[in-house]
Amino acid sequence: MTLTKRIIPCIDVDLDEDGDAAVYTGVNFEDLAYTGDPVEMAKKYNESGADEFVFLDITASAEGRETMLDTVSQVADEVFIPLTVGGGIRTREDIKETLRAGADKVSINSGAIARPELIGEGAAAFGSQCIVISVDARRRFDEQGEHYADVDGESCWFECTVKGGREGTGLDVVEWAIEAEQRGAGELFVNSIDADGTKDGYDIPLTSAVCDAVSTPVIASSGCGSPEDMYEVFEEAGADAGLAASIFHFDEYSIAETKQRLDEMGVPVRL
Amino acid sequence: MATKQTAAEVVVVDYGLGNLRSVTRGLERAGADVLLSEDPAEFAAADGIVLPGVGAFSEGMDNAGPFREALVEEAEAGTPLFGICLGMQMLLTTSEEADHEGQGDAEGLDLIPGKNVRFRSDQTVPHMGWNELDVQRDHPLVEGVDSVGSELPRADGPAKGGSVDGEYAYFVHSYYAAPDDDAAVVATTDYGTDFASIVANEAGNVFGTQFHPEKSGETGLRILRNFVDICAE
Repeated sequence: MTLTKRIIPCIDVDLDEDGDAAVYTGVNFEDLAYTGDPVEMAKKYNESGADEFVFLDITASAEGRETMLDTVSQVADEVFIPLTVGGGIRTREDIKETLRAGADKVSINSGAIARPELIGEGAAAFGSQCIVISVDARRRFDEQGEHYADVDGESCWFECTVKGGREGTGLDVVEWAIEAEQRGAGELFVNSIDADGTKDGYDIPLTSAVCDAVSTPVIASSGCGSPEDMYEVFEEAGADAGLAASIFHFDEYSIAETKQRLDEMGVPVRL
Repeated sequence: MATKQTAAEVVVVDYGLGNLRSVTRGLERAGADVLLSEDPAEFAAADGIVLPGVGAFSEGMDNAGPFREALVEEAEAGTPLFGICLGMQMLLTTSEEADHEGQGDAEGLDLIPGKNVRFRSDQTVPHMGWNELDVQRDHPLVEGVDSVGSELPRADGPAKGGSVDGEYAYFVHSYYAAPDDDAAVVATTDYGTDFASIVANEAGNVFGTQFHPEKSGETGLRILRNFVDICAE
């Protein structure tokens, strides 16, 4: 099998003061910092050997959504690699509009938790390969979970959260991943509230738990600070793709450099 | 080679599903004049037809129903017809994909005899990501030479062996084409099993890629340029 591990840059897009789409990056849990123009960044990553590109719309308003679809179209015109778009997708019509704007896949988070049937509807209409279910997981060290993992000698479970980790749902991430797969999700996008912004590496217990429970491809997200972190999440957790934002945005590592290092470590990548 | 002045006019069949914008943009980048159309009358005037695809087979065929006759007619008249992903699967006779809903096999266009089958269950499905092309035989679609309308620098240099053999392409699918005749297989890809990643009919004018050339970086753009060349001939 020669399927390669995918290296995926991700941009978080919000509206700036003028109402235009702009990329923001969270730095060490501090406020979001303006990082650049989405279309320019997409171009850069398309040319630099990224395997895919993820565009997350973090606006919440209806006007924001209009602007975003427009920006998605502009981004789609510049990237000849797969484009996943997420944020605010709640209905079959939202999925259709987003695909129409040029996305190859849609990432659905709280919209699927609120109404799990959306997964099956989307898969039936557009194919499961374009339905990515995204979870924002948070470690919980209590007795209310279903699937427990060992984290530094302590037992914890992972809870699906919404609203950027501010609100819990009581839903066990592993249980939800299994359900999402059964309902037709084509890919799982696993974010960690605990690891987010730390650059200390991906949440390995979380990613392992999800990878072990499903056969759907898993994109690991949150916490990447170096190519070595990607190596760890591929080799130890079994992730199919590694997503990163700030290390690429702030040119700490280029995509090419990251892939070169992974290749040297024996990870199959598209060079 | 001097750039040809006559760009090929390519119709992208708009059957209400799929990511038409990417396909359109990729074809334009490859030098084509692209017309998105749901009017079978417009197919006949085109130099080539693209049947795009993201989606489910049965819904795709349902939506493509009104175009079935026109597509078969054009294919038989020798017009280049390029199926991408689901569009490629639709070129075959049937697909197992509808079985899951108890509908029996869904019928395709039957331009390339064969069936679309699901990957064995011990593999991660969908097969999603970048995988290698192993070219089995000559076809103008897989040539590696510079062609019409090239805007992009060849960062990766000339293709190995003068074709796209050994290059990576982007796949997203759960089913794959199993043509009845091995001669229909232009390239294979290894995903636990060697499956047909590029197919073509006997006459050579009907062909398809399981992967998405419009999403396969420079390798994909080269294939689209080859298609535009075929259309311009």
